[in-house]
Amino acid sequence: MGVALGRLVQWTAPGHGTRALEKTPLNEAIMKEIIMFAESFIYKYPQEAKYVFVEPLEWKTDLDPSAFESGYVVSATTVKSEESDENGQPLLFLSVPQIKVRSFGQLSCLLLIAKDTKLKEAQACIEGNRNPIAKILGLDYNTVKEESSILNILDKITKYNDTESEIKMKIAILLKQLDVNLLNHSLKCISLEIPLHPAAVKNDIELLKHFSGKGEQTVLESIKYTSDYEYPNGCRAPPWRQILGEICYVLVKPHDVETLCITCSKEGVFLNGGKTDDEEINYERKGVIYKDLVTCLKEKSAKFSENMSKQKTRFNELQKEKNKPNETPKKEAPSALRKAIPGSDKTMLEKNQINFGKSNMTKRLEPSLNWRTTVDSKEHRTSVHEERHGGRVEKSAPSVSAGKAQLIRKSGEKVEEIVSESSSESEEDEEPPDHRQEANADLPSEYWQIQKLVKYLKGGNQTATVIALCSMKDFNLAQETCQLAIRDVGGLEVLINLLDTDDVKCKIGSLKILKEISHNPQIRRNIVDLGGLPIMVNILDSPHKSLKCLAAETIANVAKFRRARWAVRHHGGITKLVALLDCAQNSAEPAQSSLYDARDVEVARCGALALWSCSKSYANKEAIRKAGGIPLLARLLKTSHENMLIPVVGTLQECASEENYRAAIKAERIIENLVKNLNSENEQLQEHCAMAIYQCAEDEETRDLVRMHGGLKPLATLLNNTDNKERLAAVTGAIWKCSISKENVTKFREYKAIETLVGLLTDQPEEVLVNVVGALGECCQEYENRVIVRKCGGIQPLVNLLVGINQALLVNVTKAVGACAVEPENMMIIDRLDGVRLLWSLLKNPHPDVKASAAWALCPCIQNAKDAGEMVRSFVGGLELVVNLLKSDNKEVLASVCAAITNIAKDQENLAVITDHGVVPLLSKLANTNNDKLRRHLAEAISCCCMWGRNRVAFGENKAVAPLVRYLKSNDANVHRATAQALYQLSEDADNCITMHENGAVKLLLHMVGSPDQDLQEAAAGCISNIRRLALATEKARYT
Amino acid sequence: MNRKKLQKLTDTLTKNCKHFNKFEVNCLIRLYYNLVGDITERQGTVNGLDRNAFRNILHVTFGMTDDMIMDRVFRGFDKDNDGNVSVSEWVYGLSLFLRGTLEEKMKYCFEVFDLNGDGFISKEEMFHMLKNSLLKQPSEEDPDEGIKDLVEITLKKMDNDHDGKLSFSDYEQAVREETLLLEAFGPCLPDPKSQMEFEAHVFKDPNEFIDYMNN
Repeated sequence: MGVALGRLVQWTAPGHGTRALEKTPLNEAIMKEIIMFAESFIYKYPQEAKYVFVEPLEWKTDLDPSAFESGYVVSATTVKSEESDENGQPLLFLSVPQIKVRSFGQLSCLLLIAKDTKLKEAQACIEGNRNPIAKILGLDYNTVKEESSILNILDKITKYNDTESEIKMKIAILLKQLDVNLLNHSLKCISLEIPLHPAAVKNDIELLKHFSGKGEQTVLESIKYTSDYEYPNGCRAPPWRQILGEICYVLVKPHDVETLCITCSKEGVFLNGGKTDDEEINYERKGVIYKDLVTCLKEKSAKFSENMSKQKTRFNELQKEKNKPNETPKKEAPSALRKAIPGSDKTMLEKNQINFGKSNMTKRLEPSLNWRTTVDSKEHRTSVHEERHGGRVEKSAPSVSAGKAQLIRKSGEKVEEIVSESSSESEEDEEPPDHRQEANADLPSEYWQIQKLVKYLKGGNQTATVIALCSMKDFNLAQETCQLAIRDVGGLEVLINLLDTDDVKCKIGSLKILKEISHNPQIRRNIVDLGGLPIMVNILDSPHKSLKCLAAETIANVAKFRRARWAVRHHGGITKLVALLDCAQNSAEPAQSSLYDARDVEVARCGALALWSCSKSYANKEAIRKAGGIPLLARLLKTSHENMLIPVVGTLQECASEENYRAAIKAERIIENLVKNLNSENEQLQEHCAMAIYQCAEDEETRDLVRMHGGLKPLATLLNNTDNKERLAAVTGAIWKCSISKENVTKFREYKAIETLVGLLTDQPEEVLVNVVGALGECCQEYENRVIVRKCGGIQPLVNLLVGINQALLVNVTKAVGACAVEPENMMIIDRLDGVRLLWSLLKNPHPDVKASAAWALCPCIQNAKDAGEMVRSFVGGLELVVNLLKSDNKEVLASVCAAITNIAKDQENLAVITDHGVVPLLSKLANTNNDKLRRHLAEAISCCCMWGRNRVAFGENKAVAPLVRYLKSNDANVHRATAQALYQLSEDADNCITMHENGAVKLLLHMVGSPDQDLQEAAAGCISNIRRLALATEKARYT
Repeated sequence: MNRKKLQKLTDTLTKNCKHFNKFEVNCLIRLYYNLVGDITERQGTVNGLDRNAFRNILHVTFGMTDDMIMDRVFRGFDKDNDGNVSVSEWVYGLSLFLRGTLEEKMKYCFEVFDLNGDGFISKEEMFHMLKNSLLKQPSEEDPDEGIKDLVEITLKKMDNDHDGKLSFSDYEQAVREETLLLEAFGPCLPDPKSQMEFEAHVFKDPNEFIDYMNN
């Protein structure tokens, strides 16, 4: 009872004399338990009920003396029980309003008499007697500590061995049981009101988002956070609000009421003051606290609760699914308790409960605690560590929070991912499995030696520290055992702390080790978690060059994942690293103490190395550019040190994914140097240069620059060396992009690159194939090259590649095959290899780029195949497939399919088939487009489809004519020609002529008749003549 | 001291000292006489910086704290072993102290660490120099155990010929491999920061430096 009263019962704040009990459900439940215990005491334990308390329990009662009946001596203001102790003192004495009770028997009677006011009496009793056990059994029982009470009790029984103390013991044990009961009971109550936590809130909001949007069926119009930034603990509220337990704020727009600004906190969900004018949130609570978001919204919006009940089943299912992983650890704690209960060892049971009680109390403060755990994860780590080795009983409770912290951290990273990262980082971003060495596993001898050294690092002056550092450096730091050993004995913390000292030698020694061990992905993360990056970033300002170098090199190793890259930028590291690049130029600065110093070039190299790592994220690229990094990189590119050039070119290549950079690279005349370095001996350098050219050569001017600086020849030469696949991929990529320019293709032909490329069509990895095929696709735009490809036997391998699954590859292959098919001789080979069927089946590819590219490729195939109509008809379901692609919403797919239909429709029989499949209405539907490419091919398709049956009339009925007239106002001459041809075909129908005339076609067409384009002239004139003829006929009809 | 004599002294010292130019030598000489004068006034006649005065300078300007090392540094300066640092010893000493090449510094440091001057740094000498380098931990039974271990670690690292003591060639090889080991047994060279401050002050105005030291 003592424990329960001491720890669980919620007292009101002190300061108003005696403390009262708060009226909470929990307290009430406890009270009821106590009453039940006291009431039944007299029946269950008649012997013990007679025991006289050491001191009476005293309190102020509301009972009237008149309520007491038989067994009591009643007067106006006093009541005495007839039952009395050895000395004749009554066991119950009431002198209004004070009451004194001295036995359980009397307590039971009293409660029976009190009837309805039982609860009040019990409360008054507990408030009046803060330490009931001491009063009942005497002080020595109260001082007994929980853990040893049973032993103590047994001890006492054996010592005194008289009936008095035996009864006392029994009562003590009974009270103990009551205590346990109370704790169990209150546990149930507490578990009902477990506070909200960030993950649960997030789940709720995510789910609601799923069911939000336009339309009547959704539950909400919109729901969004007020802040996009999620702190690592899963909260979005600013830190100073997190302390108050607030998790995040959401703006909810239900269908039927104004936008609600809602605060989600640990305590529950409530409306706040909304957004003020200056985009701040008024955090003040307005209205009631609800237990969760859904309840709150149900209350606020009728529409929500209506639609919610419709969606309920789905929502619940999803919620369950989502909650599963979170719920399991939570359940652990209670189940562990339940297991413990049947056990006879009560002390253990008690301990458990107390701990649970405590952890529950701490839970209330959770936001701020989590805040701290992630910031100061050192603590967190050690606690996890202890737990693993300790294997104590209370394991379950803390591990919940540890698991949670991890979850939260992960979600934090996810947000970062969305915020700032670019496409170029794919490698090594997932969390590596964090396997720590088990305590029982056989540890290598290095572990103990390293542990000893770390001890000296911790407890030594600088001399001892330097010796320990030098000795540690002699271990094989490239080996994971040593890396993890350093971490597991707490060495990382010490090493990072050393960076914060004033002693240059210690810093150098520490960085030398960090530089090595940070090759390990886990260590990188640990270094970031321990806050190592800001310190290293600061060291970049040091006057000592070797320190700068080491710090930059370590940063280069650590910044291989996005959280680290973010941290570097966040602490101003990018500017400082860019400044390092400038070192080489400031040779005027006085010679420093030469002893520990490196050369300027080395400093710049390390800076570039770190920037290379950092440049994998988009925001860092931007930061590098803003810090003026590009001119510096350009300057360093002129040097001739290979180990300097690699990181410099690497950074440029990484950054060239951005338009800004490509422009700057052109402006800073970097291409020239990239080309120069293609001739270097170093394969890695060649690779990065080729890669950079690949990235930049999207731009036409750049392609010309590459040619003018003589870059095409080294590229062609590098094709012959196929051993280094990375380099080959980069080189073929550069060739691909360069061959978009015709002049470059001519050069490549001169260098016999086409033949080599064809040779690379087999036995190469996909990254290479994509580029090779892409390059061939570009080259085959020219007749000579198409012939070369055929003569080298390139068509077969190309057609073979049509069965692949790599999207990028398929896009390029279809394009290349299409380009080859322009040559009838090539087409024969493709046909023989069943290439058309393969192309056709790619129309079913899920990716629109592949579909479009395949459809484009089909056009020359149909044009150039012998018996094309027969061939097309032989593909079962093929025509239907093509017509149905007109339902796509991708403009490129539509344009390509229109082009394919144009070619298919040239065969009458096929035209009949596609007409049956409803090609006319589908084409007509597309007519209202602004895309000139689509307009052109659509007009061509329409003009070809007019050739069958009553299609002309049908186009008119489907309202395709009027939009077509508008095409004539486009700026594209190709659109004009195609449109005029289509209108000419359509004008064979009288109704269409009227529509055209109504839409002002004649004037536009008249203009076209003056065009230098003969086809256009002819079609426009034909169309006008049709319209005119109709007019004449009408006139004639009218006058006759 | 008259101007002519000073001029002559400066010239001779500059000729023999490769790391300082004439102006710097002049500054150092003036600083020396300022320091000596300072002491002479207090203690009567002395013809140079004595051990205590020199140690005071080491402590105040270069932040050295280890008594034993400071004594050894004094010996390193006091080439003729007369208990005083003369003006030429002062300039030559500082030349190494501030601007010495790695070779010079290795030689100097080795002499500092070779306490008995027998050409070897023995285990006992190492123990002696490192004995205050570890925080005493109350839990440990034998506080010297850690020091002994540290000596073993150092030997393992530096004793290339495995004879249980460090010869100069052992030491040189280890330092060339890892410069951090130059001052392996205690700081006997100025740390870069105080060195920079010292140079900045002395080579600007020696008189000002006196004030700087006294404050």
